[in-house]
Amino acid sequence: MSTKFSVIGHMMVPDHQIMSVEEVDDLLTSYKITRDQLPKVYHDDPSVKEIGAKINDVIRIVRNSQTAGRAEAYRQVVKRPKK
Amino acid sequence: MASPKRIGKIEFGLLSPKDIRKMSVRKIIWADTYDDDGFPYPQGLMDLHLGVIDPGLRCKTCGNRASDCPGHFGHIELAKPVIHVGYTRLIRKLLRVACRECGRLLLSQDEIHKVLGPEDERNEDVISEKDIKKERVCPYCGEQQLKINFEKPTTFSEVMTDENGRKIDHKLTPADIRARLEKIPDEDLQLLGINPEVARPEWTCLTVLPVPPVTMRPSIILENGQRSEDDLTHKLVDIIRINQRFKENQDAGAPQLIIEDLWELLQYHVTTYLDNEVAGCPPARHRSGRPLKTISQRLKGKDGRFRGSLSGKRVNFSARTVISPDPNLSIGQVGIPLAVANEMSVPIRVTPFNIEEIRQMVLTGPERHTVNSPCGANYAIRPDGRRVRLSDMTRENIAEMLEPGWAVDRQLRKDDIVLFNRQPSLHRMSIMAHRVVLMDGKTFRLNPAVCPPYNADFDGDEMNLHVPQTEEARAEAFMLASVAENIMSPRFGGPIIGGIHDHISGIFILTHQVRWFDKKGVLYLLRSSTPEHLPKPGKVEEGVEYWTNKQVFSMILPENLNMLYKASSCINCEKCKMENCERDAYVKIIGGELTCGVIDKESIGAFKGKILQRIIRQSGLERGRQFVDDVTKLSIRGIMFDGFSFGIDDEDLSKIEYGQIDEVLSEAEDDVERRIRIYEEGQLEPMPGRTLEETLEMQIMQVLGKARDRTGDIAGRHLGLSNSAVVMAVSGARGSMLNLTQMAGCIGQQAVRGERITRGYEGRTLPHFKKGDRGAQAHGFVRNSYKSGLTPTEFFFHAIGGREGLVDTAVRTSQSGYLQRRMINALQDLKVGYDGTVRTSGGRIIQFRYGEDSTDPAKSSMGDPVDVVGIVESIIVEEV
Repeated sequence: MSTKFSVIGHMMVPDHQIMSVEEVDDLLTSYKITRDQLPKVYHDDPSVKEIGAKINDVIRIVRNSQTAGRAEAYRQVVKRPKK
Repeated sequence: MASPKRIGKIEFGLLSPKDIRKMSVRKIIWADTYDDDGFPYPQGLMDLHLGVIDPGLRCKTCGNRASDCPGHFGHIELAKPVIHVGYTRLIRKLLRVACRECGRLLLSQDEIHKVLGPEDERNEDVISEKDIKKERVCPYCGEQQLKINFEKPTTFSEVMTDENGRKIDHKLTPADIRARLEKIPDEDLQLLGINPEVARPEWTCLTVLPVPPVTMRPSIILENGQRSEDDLTHKLVDIIRINQRFKENQDAGAPQLIIEDLWELLQYHVTTYLDNEVAGCPPARHRSGRPLKTISQRLKGKDGRFRGSLSGKRVNFSARTVISPDPNLSIGQVGIPLAVANEMSVPIRVTPFNIEEIRQMVLTGPERHTVNSPCGANYAIRPDGRRVRLSDMTRENIAEMLEPGWAVDRQLRKDDIVLFNRQPSLHRMSIMAHRVVLMDGKTFRLNPAVCPPYNADFDGDEMNLHVPQTEEARAEAFMLASVAENIMSPRFGGPIIGGIHDHISGIFILTHQVRWFDKKGVLYLLRSSTPEHLPKPGKVEEGVEYWTNKQVFSMILPENLNMLYKASSCINCEKCKMENCERDAYVKIIGGELTCGVIDKESIGAFKGKILQRIIRQSGLERGRQFVDDVTKLSIRGIMFDGFSFGIDDEDLSKIEYGQIDEVLSEAEDDVERRIRIYEEGQLEPMPGRTLEETLEMQIMQVLGKARDRTGDIAGRHLGLSNSAVVMAVSGARGSMLNLTQMAGCIGQQAVRGERITRGYEGRTLPHFKKGDRGAQAHGFVRNSYKSGLTPTEFFFHAIGGREGLVDTAVRTSQSGYLQRRMINALQDLKVGYDGTVRTSGGRIIQFRYGEDSTDPAKSSMGDPVDVVGIVESIIVEEV
């Protein structure tokens, strides 16, 4: 018994986009980091599921920021560990 | 320095009996420690192979003396295995997931696949207890599984069903458990997340017990020559005694009952030896009744090895004493008693340039008798690093020998940089760098304007002082932690340092409305502030020059200051009367000249400080520091010009007011009675979403609240700005009009959890009232004022209400303290990089830009990176 509900459409949920391979490479070089230094998000996160991101994809999250107006964050999709 | 290395992995394992025997240097069999001559028994608990603690003896293992021998482990062979309390949960889990007969994991290969996925895709996931259904049949040998019960601290039992269908608990001995654990195959352990190479499960049941070296359980010799053993030694003695008895009984073939008793006793001793605070187990006690401090107690908690000895350390070059105020100091200074300054020192190197100066210090030696004498020195450090104490005998000699390459521990002197701290250190302003001023007396002195960041007062508070020992440390302390650097709080982007109490009352009295001072008055007011030249007089009468109070205040303002705002005495009229405000609450500063308005908490108070904030944003922190110094000194002189005091008769009202207050309160009580009658007659209309009772209660609270406020208004009408309490309340220095209302008018309704007091006896709060009385007096309305005095019942209700406040504070502080601790542990290693990212010590990104806008809150204006209103205001000189 589950009703399909789109979390992406909710006003409190920021915009999630899957980044292309080139974008990810640019991101990693501009911050001089490796993939495992990125923040993470679980593969079963409702908004990650909804945009269809796979494990190891990088997601760009564009938020309305209280301080900066608009803020971008990037997260790598990882498998949720058991428990 | 070696380059930092990355930790590849950390392995957690168990000590195997083999390992324990391998690291042991001696088998321990005797429970005794020392013989009659005070010499350790061989193979006793203090065996010389385990290391030495007495000076003069040599360790029989490594041959070193007490100072160099690290100590060595021994071991005790236990007669039968016992369970290690620290692993009971692991044992329980393993007993439940493994077959009682063959020891295999109670899952078939297919089921394992289902849980973990196919073999080549497995990650770090492991099988948990939940994956196995209870009391099933073993998929490998077909054995029916039984329910395993665990009883704290160390008892395991199986639930069996006998012929009659009754359930009986069958106890498992540690030997049974060990046998079962031994049977679990290595491959199955891997699936459970256990590496059998380093942690075979049967090692959780001890067969041999390591005996720690004597160096970690030294015995102390009391004054009467008696030896007193360490708690751990006491416990080991118990273990060996019981173990010995157990062995003897076992060899003699004692009945099963006795064996079981002894086994349990041995288990108890080993359990308390490891942890003396296990649930369900009475703690082992010393003869005096004090619980023993065993291994776990040494490590655990605030004073344990981790939090007490490793993360927290004690330091040298620190001092602690009571603090007291001194408004004549700068906020960046701290007054230090001579006794402290003479003891504390700073090392300075001898160079060709300072050798004569230092020679003089050495000659002066460690004694300095007055605060104005030149500083001496306590120690000289020779080029080889040896320290020589300077005394009357040595100092002349050493002064001779002094040459570059030596160093000298110089005593503290004026303008040295020290770190000053008050616990609890909740934010970074709890430790600030001050400059030393030597003072008579025995307390640390500080300007009351720096009390807010430390949250200090002078009711007996003590503070700590630390002396940085190197140039780098001093430079860093001064550049990053000096008081001037910390005026702006990162908590809210405004000044946390500013005037308090009398500073605010004083500047309010000084700047309120317009007053004229002659030259003598002006000079008196500004005597200890920076300005050196008087402005042009505001008026000349009969050849005498006069200046206004606003001119006096303007002298300490920077010249380029333009500000327009409302003081905290503003009452927010519908239509602001601007310059014609009768409260003088419209503040206008143009070109550094206060043209109208009164200066109060809004302008110079700590946590508010509008003027201070603007000065810092325009002219920098150092100018801000100077302004705080000037304004505090000016206001203290301002308050002294007229004098300021408050006494019990300042709460007096006239007969007319007392009559009015009485009338208001009687009316209110009548109103309450009337509403109760309406309620009792069933005529009361309930408010939406409320019951009848709730509606009545709310109405009563409202009526009584209003009545109290009206008494306040009546009292306020009588008490004008000539009353000190009113001055303090209006200027924001201390207290509020509500406090004044309670002193002069009426204290009002006492409440517990926001409701009138209802608890007490059946149907009434106190036996003084009739059951079911809903009146104001019966439920905690205090009609009197603090001045008029409370009736006994009122007093009792007041105590109830007051107690709630105390309890709330106590609960809040403990909760917020723990929250703070958790936050600090989580955030302590985060760092903002040069690229603006917030990263962990491993370089993992937490935020891509610090705070998303890269703004340092301490340099912000109330959180905003740019103070747009302030900039516009200062240019167009008009309120925005």
